[in-house]
Amino acid sequence: MKPIYFDNNATTPIAPEVLDEMLPYLREFYGNPSSMHTFGGHLHRKIEDARAKVAALINAEPEEIIFTSCGTESDNTAIMSAIESYPQKRHVITTRVEHPAVLNFCKHLARKGYRVTFLPVDKPGRLDMDTFLKAVDDDTAIVSIMYANNETGVIFPVAEIGEILRERKMPFHTDAVQAVGKIPINVKELPVDMLSLSGHKLHAPKGVGALYVRKGTRFYPYIIGGHQERGRRAGTENVASIIGLGKACELAKEHIDKEADYFKRLRDRLEGALLKLCPDVQINGDTENRLPNTTNMSFKYVEGEAILLRLDEYGICASSGSACTSGSLEPSHVLRAMGIPFNAIHGSIRFSLSRYNTEDEVDKVIEIMPLIIKELRTLSPYGKVILSKQSF
Amino acid sequence: MWEYSEKLKELFRHPQNVGEIENPDAVGEVGSMICGDALKLTLKIDKETNRIIDAKFQTFGCASAIASSSALTEMIKGKTLDEALETTNKDLADYLGGLPKEKMHCSVMGREALEAAIANYRGEKKPLEEKERLVCQCFEVTEDKIRRVAIENHLTTVEEITNYTKAGGGCGSCIPQIEEILKDIWAIKVPEVPKIKKRLTNLQKIALIQDVIEKEIRPRLQADGGDLELVDIDRNKVIIALRAMCVECPMGGVTVNNIQEKLRELVSEDIVVETG
Repeated sequence: MKPIYFDNNATTPIAPEVLDEMLPYLREFYGNPSSMHTFGGHLHRKIEDARAKVAALINAEPEEIIFTSCGTESDNTAIMSAIESYPQKRHVITTRVEHPAVLNFCKHLARKGYRVTFLPVDKPGRLDMDTFLKAVDDDTAIVSIMYANNETGVIFPVAEIGEILRERKMPFHTDAVQAVGKIPINVKELPVDMLSLSGHKLHAPKGVGALYVRKGTRFYPYIIGGHQERGRRAGTENVASIIGLGKACELAKEHIDKEADYFKRLRDRLEGALLKLCPDVQINGDTENRLPNTTNMSFKYVEGEAILLRLDEYGICASSGSACTSGSLEPSHVLRAMGIPFNAIHGSIRFSLSRYNTEDEVDKVIEIMPLIIKELRTLSPYGKVILSKQSF
Repeated sequence: MWEYSEKLKELFRHPQNVGEIENPDAVGEVGSMICGDALKLTLKIDKETNRIIDAKFQTFGCASAIASSSALTEMIKGKTLDEALETTNKDLADYLGGLPKEKMHCSVMGREALEAAIANYRGEKKPLEEKERLVCQCFEVTEDKIRRVAIENHLTTVEEITNYTKAGGGCGSCIPQIEEILKDIWAIKVPEVPKIKKRLTNLQKIALIQDVIEKEIRPRLQADGGDLELVDIDRNKVIIALRAMCVECPMGGVTVNNIQEKLRELVSEDIVVETG
């Protein structure tokens, strides 16, 4: 059974065009780009082509792009680079709703003795700008704030934050892993110094990412060894995946406007129908500033893991912020930071779409989801009140 | 992705005995929405034979919570109350073909609902009483529950306690308390000091007494806010002074007796402890 894959914020399928570009470099062209012979050495040019394509997607210069192994490495590198570049500064600012790649790295720094400010968000998940303004001081080595939230899709005012930090000449990194490829980003106009992106979130393979580092930004490498990436990231290049990332960025740039409209329409239809068909449902996050492919909905009085496993029986893939799906007992740190009540967090479901989803798939989920919610509420001791309202 | 057994998946897909018995003879409700799982068990009981004629459940929770509840109702139907009470959380887990270790608390919840329902029927107080000490504030887990589950399932680490009871899985501030409880339980059960006692020289005896007081006795007193000081050792007489909370403690006499017993056990049978 072909899955109905509505979990594209977790990972995306590799685009067929991307895979086609990659395969020769996994099969016959296995050389090392650092070699002196043509067989290996010519791969260097392919990597530079890919670099140009990645740069083009965010309107950067090719030499501002460093290839990494993933979004997490890009995030860690960016923060550590600033820490190493400004050793006298001992303060880091981030948010409570970051991806673990930033959040846990900052917690690690806090354990090492750094002062870390974790900025709060309000109920719709918007950043508290007052706290942010008060937090910035001369001791701040780096501010790392995500572009868009992976769980809710809420987009932060990165441009506004960047303006403030640029005036104060403070390094600013944004984790744009969920945004790149879904919404247009132009670093010529966006005042950020570093920006992370990840291959597998935009139809390139897993195991490749990139870090944009604006010209003139102090940089210190995180992985130290060979001269690759002009000494900014050691390690033999993941040639095929880098080529794949280049192709994926080229595709994204070509289609971004059309695609964003497409999956926004699908997302809105899915969301609207479920809001209508299931009682006691809420959308988590600011719907005004949100990624066009993401919806995070709470089906109150039912538990997320149970919903996911019922969906799984129909081949429908989604994810949840419920505690039972996290591997720990802690439900989503993002939804908790937003002050979403527990009865809603446990029943939170995220649907995240891509260019490969169809109207038919949305129809199928609209048909199945209310039945699952109704059935699980029948099972629940809290369900009685709600069931009387469900009208089908 | 959890590794669920086929049996568990089957019971999650097709749970048995779902619902609420009208005019039930017994009701057991455990868990809460905040904890992420809750179970309401209703029973119909034959008053002549004390046999469970019917059992139904309603569960808010994950797949394993739903399957555990279903398993519980299947296992206890037809049993007398006393027979039913012999069902342990491990029996429930076994019935399900095993549970992932992080999900063992689902089976514990089933067992608790059963206890609560039977206590309700017998007019006993609920197992959860106010005077009990709450260890985990996040998931409202009492010391009694931690002790019971630890002993029943032979749990020795905090991680296992979290998997079985959720205690310690929230903010984590109670982890040191759980460690203390575990130390306490297994210190009694598994004595670490060998029983064979040699005749000690005076010097050895003094050293051993000091060692036992430092390593065995003081840490326990300190855990309860108390302390002691070794004043003198005169042949078999050990003179101590109680300190901190122990000074005002009405249980001071008991404490001195306990110290004496510990020293008799670990050093020499003829030791007498006095406060100086």
